[in-house]
Amino acid sequence: MTSQAHDQPAVVATALPAPHSSMPSIGSLVRRPEVGSLIGMIAVLVFFSIFGGANFMSAGGAASWLNVASELGIIALPVGLLMIAGHLDLSVGSMIPASSMTIAIISGHYDQPIIVGILAALGLGLAVGFINGVLVIRTKVPSFVVTLATLFALAGLTLGLSIILSGSTSVALKSGPIAKLVLGDYLGGKFQVTLFWWIAIVLIVGFILNFSRFGNWILAMGGDAVSARNAGIPTDRVTIALFMSSGLCAAFVGMSQAILYNSAQVAAGQSFIFNSIIAVVIGGVLLTGGYGSVVGIVLGTLTFSIVNQGIFYTGFDANWASLIIGVLLLAAVLMNNTFRTMALTYAPRTKSRVR
Amino acid sequence: MFSLAKLIKPALGLLAGATMMAAATSLAAADDTHVVFVTHGQSGDPYWSVVKNGMDDAAKTLGVKAEYLAPETFDMAKMAQMIDAITASKPDGMVVSIPDAAALSGPVKNAVAAGIPVIVIDSGGSKLTHDLGGLLFMGQDEFQAGVMAGERIKALGLTKAVCANHEVGNSSLDDRCAGFAKGLGVDVPVMNGVIDPTEMKNRMIAYMTAHADTQFILAVGASGAEPTLAALDEMGLAGKVKTGTFDLSPTILQAVVAGKMEWGIDAQQYAMGYIPVAMFDLWKKYKIMPIADYPTGPGFVTKDTAASVIDLAKQGKR
Repeated sequence: MTSQAHDQPAVVATALPAPHSSMPSIGSLVRRPEVGSLIGMIAVLVFFSIFGGANFMSAGGAASWLNVASELGIIALPVGLLMIAGHLDLSVGSMIPASSMTIAIISGHYDQPIIVGILAALGLGLAVGFINGVLVIRTKVPSFVVTLATLFALAGLTLGLSIILSGSTSVALKSGPIAKLVLGDYLGGKFQVTLFWWIAIVLIVGFILNFSRFGNWILAMGGDAVSARNAGIPTDRVTIALFMSSGLCAAFVGMSQAILYNSAQVAAGQSFIFNSIIAVVIGGVLLTGGYGSVVGIVLGTLTFSIVNQGIFYTGFDANWASLIIGVLLLAAVLMNNTFRTMALTYAPRTKSRVR
Repeated sequence: MFSLAKLIKPALGLLAGATMMAAATSLAAADDTHVVFVTHGQSGDPYWSVVKNGMDDAAKTLGVKAEYLAPETFDMAKMAQMIDAITASKPDGMVVSIPDAAALSGPVKNAVAAGIPVIVIDSGGSKLTHDLGGLLFMGQDEFQAGVMAGERIKALGLTKAVCANHEVGNSSLDDRCAGFAKGLGVDVPVMNGVIDPTEMKNRMIAYMTAHADTQFILAVGASGAEPTLAALDEMGLAGKVKTGTFDLSPTILQAVVAGKMEWGIDAQQYAMGYIPVAMFDLWKKYKIMPIADYPTGPGFVTKDTAASVIDLAKQGKR
């Protein structure tokens, strides 16, 4: 009985009605959760292509926003899964400098092999994620508060230990050619290698959310955690796994930044806290959980990155960039709400048969 | 029944309005010289606002299009990405600060390789600037300025000092503290603070409560100096515990005049904003470019000279 419950959770969170024919109609496509994000992304891409001129769509121009998208996207995906499951992770903002400084101190300051630094940085991400997950499930304190606490605690720990261990708040790192090529280099002199890592993570997370039992569990937890637990879903294990994936991905980005830029600073990465949430929300994920898609998160990440970098190509006063991002966020949420309402109220018409 | 149009129209209207406000600020002719500053300091910072004022004044006087960009927080990865974006947008000149050579050398080299002339200001130094292919460096040797500050305090017979760093991770500020320790000839602890003035003030109060024997506080910038002065005022220690700072602001200069602060070290950052714009305009029009670096500091503004500078500081020129 329990195993059946694992396979078929009682809660079906925001499942869209199955189309009646094998070919999806335009109506059913419009009601997909990521349609709002797609329209938004196309709109900003067209806008900045017009106002940004040829440079925006040149290889260098595209690289500038794709590179931002790749780093943000690697973090936004697990943060998005957490939000779908009804949680938040703010600690990513401190995880990035913590992992950067970890690899820089171990493999830069102390000259240990780069693989040791890599494993330590990723291990730290998993450990912090595990702590976040355990604290959330054991204390029943909202994840917002728990991860806000670890955000500050980890920032303090990073600063304190960096000064004790290296005597500095900024540490240089020289990594070998293989580590550089695989984790932190520009391909063709323009595109960060993290772009390919992002694509790989998108495929993995997409498979998990859409084709695995674990994906069903995530959606079910976000829909109604109590019902999900009653249906036999191991909500505690799922929660811990999600926080660990978030910590791991944030650590990966911090580590790759240290390798790419040959240094680490204790103060970096704070912008990722809200940027990742903005990207996920633009992508159509509900803050309350239970609703969202990987495609939507990817589109939201791209939309945010295009706006974030596109402003530099337009000649607009960059002081207005934050205003545009704020308004874009509001517009995206309004649009996503509309499409979600359409999706949830959609009942396909059946042809009446003439007897 | 809900209406898609009802929800989306106001949202798109808001977006269009925001865009028009941004676009309205950028109606420059295509043949204007286009200069972009990418620094690590936000334009609202007391120090960097003066750099931006210099840039704006030069742009207005010369009819040049100039932009000032900086990450929201001290973040080298973000700054590197900004430099990459500006490189792709192909301005006539780029002005950068390099507070972390390891992180920013690559993007600056790429900009030079893409044919964009680069001037380095404030941080980075002469050697690095020329190694990266930059045209020239404008600023001061931060370590040497720190040494000079330390020597002045040593001459007063003070030995128990602290260096208050408001921007952790900025190697230029680390250099200021390290130079100060060398000039003073003793180990100087660094109190790591934050940009936020209230938090910085509270940290300084806590530090001074725990280290009541401190004789001198060196702030490494106006964002650290002003909260330090407020903290000492609150504790009734203003004028008793001696202080000095890098950079100027009206508050700092008034404190110097009032005897609450020994001096402010002037980097003449207005020139760092003004002169590169003029240089790039000359470069674009006539291919004229100075061949030497342009040291703008350090200059110690003391009680004798502070009064004459206050009005200029209030105007955002010093």
